[in-house]
Amino acid sequence: MTRKQRRLTLIGLALAILGLAAALALSALRDNIVFFHSPTEIAAKKIEPGARFRLGGLVKQGSVQREGLQARFEVTDGNASLPVLYVGVLPDLFREGQGVVTEGALDANGTFRADTVLAKHDENYMPREVVDALKQQGVWQHEGKAK
Amino acid sequence: MIAELSHYALVLALALALVQASVPVWGAARNDAVLMGVGAPVALACFAFVAASFAGLTALYLSSDFSVINVYENSHTAKPLIYKLSGVWGNHEGSMLLWVLVLTICSALVALFSGNLPEKLRANVLGVQGLIAAAFLFFILATSNPFWRLDPPPAEGRDLNPVLQDLGLAIHPPLLYLGYVGFSVSFAFAIAALLEGRIDAAWARWVRPWTLAAWVFLTLGIAMGSYWAYYELGWGGFWFWDPVENASILPWLAGTALLHSALVVEKRDALKIWTVLLAILAFAMSLLGTFLVRSGVLTSVHAFATDPTRGVFILGILVFFIGGSFALFAWLAPVLRPGGIFAPVSREGALVLNNLLLTAAAATVLTGTLYPLALEALTGDKISVGPPFFNRTVGPLFLFLLFAMPFGPLLAWKRGDLFAAAQRLTLAAFLAVILAAAALYVMGGGGMLAAAGLFIAIFAIAGALAELTERIALFREPFSHSLSRARGLPRAAWGSALAHAGIGIALLGVVAESGWSLERVAMLKPGDRLAIAEFDVRFNGIVKREGPNWRDDVGRFEIRRAGLLAAIAEPARRTYIATGTSTTEAGIVTFGLGQLYLSIGDSGAQDAISTRIYWKPLVLLIWLGPVLMALGGLLSLSDRRLRVGAPRRAKRAAMAAE
Repeated sequence: MTRKQRRLTLIGLALAILGLAAALALSALRDNIVFFHSPTEIAAKKIEPGARFRLGGLVKQGSVQREGLQARFEVTDGNASLPVLYVGVLPDLFREGQGVVTEGALDANGTFRADTVLAKHDENYMPREVVDALKQQGVWQHEGKAK
Repeated sequence: MIAELSHYALVLALALALVQASVPVWGAARNDAVLMGVGAPVALACFAFVAASFAGLTALYLSSDFSVINVYENSHTAKPLIYKLSGVWGNHEGSMLLWVLVLTICSALVALFSGNLPEKLRANVLGVQGLIAAAFLFFILATSNPFWRLDPPPAEGRDLNPVLQDLGLAIHPPLLYLGYVGFSVSFAFAIAALLEGRIDAAWARWVRPWTLAAWVFLTLGIAMGSYWAYYELGWGGFWFWDPVENASILPWLAGTALLHSALVVEKRDALKIWTVLLAILAFAMSLLGTFLVRSGVLTSVHAFATDPTRGVFILGILVFFIGGSFALFAWLAPVLRPGGIFAPVSREGALVLNNLLLTAAAATVLTGTLYPLALEALTGDKISVGPPFFNRTVGPLFLFLLFAMPFGPLLAWKRGDLFAAAQRLTLAAFLAVILAAAALYVMGGGGMLAAAGLFIAIFAIAGALAELTERIALFREPFSHSLSRARGLPRAAWGSALAHAGIGIALLGVVAESGWSLERVAMLKPGDRLAIAEFDVRFNGIVKREGPNWRDDVGRFEIRRAGLLAAIAEPARRTYIATGTSTTEAGIVTFGLGQLYLSIGDSGAQDAISTRIYWKPLVLLIWLGPVLMALGGLLSLSDRRLRVGAPRRAKRAAMAAE
C-alpha cells in the first residue's frame, strides 16, 4: 500500500466510526429525550396519555396522602396543579412546599403516574426548570442567600 | 488573623502565578537562561503560598471559627473531626481552593522533577501551568473567596450538607481533582510542544507518566464517586448518566485515548498532531467538567445551590483556555512533521481504532450532556436526556472497543497479522462463549445485549491473559522458561494486561447488575418477612440510635440463607440535628461479590416501614475493575523504562541538535 492509500484507509475508518456514533446518537435522541412541563403548560397543551415527560413544580401544601408504598400528591406552579401518583420509596428531601421533579406519564384519568421522583442533594437547591416554571407564574421568591 | 493571613497568601500566590506565567515564557522566546530559570523556584513558592492558604482554611474549620462566612455556612461544632477536615472542600469556595492546590502541587512536582528537561520546554510548561493557576486564583479571589468575615460572628454554624458527611467526601474530590488537574500537565506539555514546534519520542516519554498518573487518580476518583453515590443516595444505582457524572467521564475518555496515542508517539514517532490535540481535549474536558459542576447550568441529582456569576466567570476561563489552545493548535500544528508510517492492520492501527472509539464515545456523551442546553437556547423547549440515550450510544461503542481490545497487543508494530492474532485468541473466544452460555443458562437468560456483553467481557479478560501467556510462552515451553520470561517481562506489560482485564471485569459487573439484579419494594411491619433470591429477610422493628450530630431510626433486618442466620442489616433514616434534614443510610451486606442492599423510607401505620431491598449479584466487580485498572496504571508507572533512560537520551539528542 502506498502512503496515500494507508491514509485513506485510516480516514475511511475514522469516518465509519464517527458515522456509526452519529447514527447511534441520532436514533437514541429521537426516542429517548424527555420533555419538561409545568402544570400550567400541561393544562394548556393537550398531552397524550402514555407519553413520557418530566413534571416539575412545588409539592402542594396539604396534598400528600400516603397509603403504604403509594403516595399521592399534587404538583403546583401556583397557577395550575396536577395530581401525581407514585409507588415506591420517596427521596429524603421530599416535602410539602418543596420543589420536585417527577418523571412518568399521564394516565387516562389525567393523573400523572410517576416512576421517578428526582432526589436532591441540598435543601437550598431547586431544579432550574422548576425555578423557571415558578418565575413564569410569578410565584418565585428568591431565597435570600447569605452567599 | 488566620483568615486574613490566608487571604493574603492567596493574593501573593496570584502575583507569583502571574510571574510564573510570563517571565519563563518570555525567557524561552528570547533564549535567556536566567529568565527561564525563574520558572521553577516561583512555581515552588506559588505552591507554598497556596498550601499555606489551604492550611489556614483547614485551621479555621478545625477551630470552628464562625466569624468566617464559609465556615459558618458549612460547619458545626458538633461535627466529627473527619468531616470538619473534609468539610474544607465540601463547599464551592473550599473546593475551588483544593482545585488550585492540586494544580500548584502539579506545577511544583514538574518544577522538582524536570531538571533533565530541555530548558525551553521546561520554561514553557511551567509558564502554561502558571497561567492556569493565575486564572483560577483570580477566580477564587474575585468571586469565591473562602475567607470573607461575618460580623457579628454567630454562635453556631449551619452544618455541612448531610449527604456530604461521609467518608466519601474525604476521598472522592481529592482523587478526582488529582485526575482532572493532573491533565493540566499534559496540556502544558502539548502547548509547550506547539510553541517549540517540536515533538519527539522523548516528549512522549515525559508526557506519558504524567498522563498515566492523572489517569490512575481519575479512574479511582470516578469509581469511588460511583460507589459513594451507590450507597449514599439509597437507590442502589451505580451510574446515573447525570451531567455531573458525565463531566467526570469525559476527561477520562479523552485521557484514556491520550494514554494510548502517546504510546504511538513514543514507540513509533507517529500520530504526533493527534496526540497534541488529545492532550488539549483532555484538559478542555476537565475544565468543562469544572464549569458544569460549578455553574449548575444543568439539572443534576448531584447539583448544589449555585451562583450564576461564577458560572459566567468559569465559562470565561474555559473559553480563554480552550479557544486559545485550539487557535494555537490550528496555527502551529502544521509545523509538526508527521512521523513513521504504518499499515492499517498494525499495533498503531489498533491504537488508532481505540482512539477513534474513545473519542466517538466522548463526543456522544458530550452531545447528550449539552443537547438540553442547546435545545433550550434555540427553541425554549426544556428536555432531559436520560440514561437510555447513553446506554444506547456509549454501550455499543464500548462493546466494540472491548471486543477489539485483545487484538491490539497481539499485533506487531508497523505491520500486523490479524489472522495470526485471531488464531492466538481462539482459546479466549472459545472460553468466553462457553462461560457466557453457562452463565446465561444458570441465571436464566437476559436478552441479546446481556449475552453480547457477557461474551465480550469474558473475551476481554481472557484476551488480556492470553497476551501475557503468549509473551511468557506458557505451555509452549518448559514451565521454568516461562517463569524466567515472566520475571523478565517489563512491568508495563503486566500493567497493561491488568488494566485491560480490569475493564473487562468492570463490564462483567455492569452486565450482571443491569441484567440480574432483583428488587423488592414493600411496606413491612415488625415480624414481616420477604424472600429475595436465596435470602429470607425478616424485619425486626426500628430502634433509635444517636451519633455525634445525628439521630438514627435504624431498621433491624435479619437475613437468613437456607434457614441459617447469615447477617444482620441495619439500614437507617438519619436526621441531622443542626439542620433537621434527613438522609438514607443503606444497609449493605456483602455475600461473595454480590450485595444485598436495603434502604428504608417513610414509616406508615402500625410501625410499618417502606423498605426497598435489592439483590445485586457480582456488583462489586463494577468497582473492582477500575481498582485493577488503576493498579495496572501504577504498575506501568513503576516501570524502569518510564522512569529512567528517556530523559537522558533526549538530552543527548537535544544537545546534538543545538
